[in-house]
Amino acid sequence: MTTRPPDDLDRRLVLATQAGLPLVPRPYDVLAEQLGISPGEVRARLADMLDNGRIRRIGAVPNHYALGYTANGMSVWDVPDERIVELGEAVGRLPGVTHCYERPRALPDWPYNLFAMVHGKDRASVLAQVEEIATLLGSACRGRDVLFSTAILKKTGLRIGSGA
Amino acid sequence: MSAARPPEGARTAARQGGGNPTGAARPPEGARTAARQGGGNPTGAARPPEGAPVNGLGLDALDRRIINALQGGFPLSDTPYQDVAEGLGIDEATLLARLQRLLDTGVLTRFGPMFQIERLGGRFVLAAQAVPEERFEAVTALVNAFPEVAHNYRRTHRLNMWFVLATETPEGIDDVIRRIETATGLPVFAFPKRREFFVDMRLQA
Repeated sequence: MTTRPPDDLDRRLVLATQAGLPLVPRPYDVLAEQLGISPGEVRARLADMLDNGRIRRIGAVPNHYALGYTANGMSVWDVPDERIVELGEAVGRLPGVTHCYERPRALPDWPYNLFAMVHGKDRASVLAQVEEIATLLGSACRGRDVLFSTAILKKTGLRIGSGA
Repeated sequence: MSAARPPEGARTAARQGGGNPTGAARPPEGARTAARQGGGNPTGAARPPEGAPVNGLGLDALDRRIINALQGGFPLSDTPYQDVAEGLGIDEATLLARLQRLLDTGVLTRFGPMFQIERLGGRFVLAAQAVPEERFEAVTALVNAFPEVAHNYRRTHRLNMWFVLATETPEGIDDVIRRIETATGLPVFAFPKRREFFVDMRLQA
């Protein structure tokens, strides 16, 4: 990639917006005033950060539970490393999969290298989606598990500049 | 943490949020009602985690339209709320009031830019611990006290505590892992992502 390295303005924009965008008619003007730059510069920089992937998107982050998605299963799979890209991309395309990653195994405790998070309105619908993943993986699946969440112990999201 | 850098261009395609994909195993209405009330849940779903708003709490059709319309693509215009409101056929003041209420009631956890912190020099790492049942509450307090712990979930496995560590530098991760191990006296299993195949948390309201 030829994009510029992150700079101070990127960081200041993160700090200014990590708690949220101001709920006022001209939110970018408020940020501009806070940051000491023009509203046009704020918008241009946000557009730039969207282009280079430093911002995934701008919008609302719903609490899944509030929308009725009370079942949250982390499905984990042991698949051959040499097929991980092909399989991971295919699993990521399944509806209902919200995240799909390759992660390292931790042998002997943890043989799984493919993680696919599935959200559903109950455990049965999550398990049905997990079965679809199993069908897709076929004989490439050498081991599997689903870890349901039973309590949110903390959820503050990303916070930088907290002195950490 | 210098393991294989994910290839750029791993899938980022947008997709409308999941809902029930195939209609297979869609539960009967009654099952959902029971789950909502937290009693006699026939599917064995876990009770809602503490602090979670009641399922479907007071959401009307307009709330749902707002949530679905605002899960991405917020305009970079002078008056973005006005522009979104027009698209929804409502006025700006109504949209702002609804958004404020959705945030106040915890239906929305946030409204704003979602950052990919790795592209800003920081690191996110998923980590887990096997916490003895009798120490679970105490260890939760110890782990949650670290500001680097962004989310923490209890899960059904011998590795029963799963948290996400977020730090501003790659080196910060190793340091906080050591400090959590020291504080809890329990090993931390780190599962840094090697490749990202898909991320899209949008869900239909």
